[in-house]
Amino acid sequence: MSQVTMTVNGKTASGDVEGRTLLSQFLRENLKLTGTHVGCDTSQCGACVVHVDGKAVKSCTMLAAEADGATVDTIEGQAEADGSLNTIQQAFQDHHGLQCGFCTPGMVMSTAALLKDNPKPTEAEIRDYLEGNICRCTGYHNIVKSIMAASGQDVGSIAAE
Amino acid sequence: MPKDHGIGASPKRREDVRFLTGEGNYTDDINVNGQAYVHFLRSDVAHGKINGIDTSAAAAMPGVVKIFTGADFEGIGGLPCGWQVTDKHGEPMQEPAHPVLAQGKVRHVGDPIAAVVAESVEQARDAAEAIEVDIEELPAVVDMKAALSEGATKVHDDLTSNLCYDWGFVEEVKPDVDAAFETAAHVTTLELVNQRMVANPMEPRVAIGDYSRGTDEHTLYTTSQNPHVIRLLMGAFVLGIPEHKLRVVAPDVGGGFGTKIFHYAEEAFCTFAAKACNRPVKWTSSRSEAFMSDAHGRDHVTKIELALDADNNFIALRTDTLANMGAYLSTFAPSVPTWLHGTLMAGNYKTPLIHVNVRAVFTNTVPVDAYRGAGRPEATFQLERVVDKAARELGVDPIALRRQNFITEFPYATPVAVEYDTGDYHGTMDALEGLIDRDGFAARRAESEKNGKLRGLGVNCYIEACGIAPSNLVGQLGARAGLYDAATVRVTATGSISVMVGAHSHGQGHETSFPQVVAEMIGIDESQIDIVHGDSSKIPFGMGTYGSRSIAVCGSAMVRATEKIIAKAKKIAAHLLEASDADIELKDGQFSVAGTDKSVAWGDVTLAAYVPHNYPLEDIEPGLEETAFYDPANFTYPSGAYACEVEVDPETGKVTIESFAAADDFGNIINPMIVDGQVHGGIGQGIGQALLENCVYDENGQLMTGSYMDYAMPRADDVPFYAVDHSSQTPCTHNPLGVKGCGEAGAIGSPPSVINAVVDALQSGGHDVTHIDMPASPSRVWAAMNK
Repeated sequence: MSQVTMTVNGKTASGDVEGRTLLSQFLRENLKLTGTHVGCDTSQCGACVVHVDGKAVKSCTMLAAEADGATVDTIEGQAEADGSLNTIQQAFQDHHGLQCGFCTPGMVMSTAALLKDNPKPTEAEIRDYLEGNICRCTGYHNIVKSIMAASGQDVGSIAAE
Repeated sequence: MPKDHGIGASPKRREDVRFLTGEGNYTDDINVNGQAYVHFLRSDVAHGKINGIDTSAAAAMPGVVKIFTGADFEGIGGLPCGWQVTDKHGEPMQEPAHPVLAQGKVRHVGDPIAAVVAESVEQARDAAEAIEVDIEELPAVVDMKAALSEGATKVHDDLTSNLCYDWGFVEEVKPDVDAAFETAAHVTTLELVNQRMVANPMEPRVAIGDYSRGTDEHTLYTTSQNPHVIRLLMGAFVLGIPEHKLRVVAPDVGGGFGTKIFHYAEEAFCTFAAKACNRPVKWTSSRSEAFMSDAHGRDHVTKIELALDADNNFIALRTDTLANMGAYLSTFAPSVPTWLHGTLMAGNYKTPLIHVNVRAVFTNTVPVDAYRGAGRPEATFQLERVVDKAARELGVDPIALRRQNFITEFPYATPVAVEYDTGDYHGTMDALEGLIDRDGFAARRAESEKNGKLRGLGVNCYIEACGIAPSNLVGQLGARAGLYDAATVRVTATGSISVMVGAHSHGQGHETSFPQVVAEMIGIDESQIDIVHGDSSKIPFGMGTYGSRSIAVCGSAMVRATEKIIAKAKKIAAHLLEASDADIELKDGQFSVAGTDKSVAWGDVTLAAYVPHNYPLEDIEPGLEETAFYDPANFTYPSGAYACEVEVDPETGKVTIESFAAADDFGNIINPMIVDGQVHGGIGQGIGQALLENCVYDENGQLMTGSYMDYAMPRADDVPFYAVDHSSQTPCTHNPLGVKGCGEAGAIGSPPSVINAVVDALQSGGHDVTHIDMPASPSRVWAAMNK
């Protein structure tokens, strides 16, 4: 066991972890931040995406020890200070970009990373970027639409509301 | 102007806020004080005799609480099967035992042999590696035809063969069907595979057992689509726990798609072990475990023949299917290839003579059960592929051939035992043709060809049968459960409402759509109404959510309960208004005396019900809470027409979906946004089946696709935006809302049009390809073009 300390959603968080403890596990079990989900064991599904020092990371692929000293942002820290949904979250609600909600935290965190680098991605760029996030419910239609809306693009012409 | 509230409006989903902020409460998010963790040691061979299990070294490992093997479950019930099929000779299906932990033999890769309960999941896993299992490997039975051959190794030694049942439907008409084929002007034949699928809800399964010695009460938290079904099956048939001492909670559930209907060994184990260890026991499946322990779907091999007369009318249809059951019978497995499949073979067409034969087969593979659509996608794929092939053989337009044979008069009794109440198949086809710009196809194909690509357009129709019922009929067909649902409407003194429902929402948005119905009926704001679901201690006994039944069955129960509330509230209002109850009208939350300006508000009446000072206590009880159980008179029959346009790269065989259009008739629609979303998701899974997904075993029964590295899940860049249209609406005639199910339609309706489009593309390139099995992967398509 060794102690790790990181800044999670703006607050300092410490805990004792084994060398094999994954960042996803540390967030869920030590910090009780259960919004970060684990949907696979091969780093494919993307339900566990968080930001480490501003970069999107699959937290099941990183050891907690590797995040020692880092700044980590999770889905729990995404809403506005008054608790209202942020622009991305609101777009997902407005455009029915989620159903069961399990992949959603990863989708929101990946979207935030995408829009930081590419504030107005095309449909093709969005679909390409989401290669590492699997959703089984939506057929991706409303997720792509939500992301386009979150980036300020007109989605009125997209088939089927 | 679309409605902004009530039935037909699309309010934003209220459940989204918690899911978007990480505040969801999924089963793995629950931790019970003092819990231990379980890890299952699973078989790594497909078939073997267990000669011995030595747990002594493992038991001495750090943190180990207790180790269980099959011996601990001797004398305890096995996992029950909920449907008994009777074969064509009137005999019951062969029904093997399904122990919680393997006893004597293992029968598929992933079959649980032992379970380690330890202080941490890592310690449980480490200790499981130290268990020594002496397994004598036996030949594995994988291929269904081989499984039925003379002298084949038996999956279950105590059964007479690997044949679960040989079902003929309708057996009495077989001679007439065969005779029609003798006189047919044209017969189209197709052999095809509906490949094995893994449902893959994004949330892996989880079970937490908890037990209180103080009260002798058990609690199971589980990722289930139907907590009461689990309570009944596990309590009554496996562990012998009185139902009132067993609480089953299915909180937020991250998708189901059928595979979370069934009662699984891990649920029974955790419940059992919590009492045996006297502490809570938690199991969280890894995705790798899910691939080898969640019930799989589909896995049919079929020969289908369609007979047409000289005018291209369908005169008879004949099918012969092998359906894989896997190693054991999962909860509803036997019903899927029979009553959920054979009954669909008429499709949208007035084919007068149909015979369906299904042989269900045991193999050394994971059990197969319902996956989104369950039997209906298999039926639709066969039928819509053979109709398309017939059109090509006859040189007629595939849409015109379909239209010519459409059922046009309703109600329509099919030759396969069901009666469609309503439908308008030309209407949905018209809507589809409005979406797809068929006239522009030739130009689009020319453009693709200019770029060295082949382009194809495929269409298909579908009908679905959802909300399986009525209970007395399905009982005759072998169901060992009722198929009603239930709702309790509990009104508070201040007029807000909790509706406790048997349906379970795991992505369907019931918390948003169900209140729309009650709000519309009473005329109050939806924010005054909440839905309670997923906890057997809070909700009435309902059958849960599967088979696109929630709004049609449970929604109807909710309407009936709300009607009882309104009837009682009118009596209270009549008393307050000193009028006769027959004269009371309810509109916009106001009770008024017809033809007068006298009225009382909803809140006045609810307050009077709970503070009954001025109240007719001699006539009616105080309080305002009503329950209704609703057992439908029939299935509902949504229908539709789908089209897919693909481009095929002849260099690589890669198929790209260029466009996808869906026109569905769901009858009346409560929340159009949610319904569209259900169709989108179904199409995504259907495209996944058509082009990507395949669960593969090798000849030794090893699972070759055991993770997302090998099993190709559809990703965002595999699919386009979908065009959907739900304007064609023929309301169901036998439920109070006039609704039909919508959850499975997309998955049922989409695979055939994709494959029809691929075949169209390949034929346009001069390739002699009449069929391609799913998934139409690049290697398969390339091989078909270069054979």
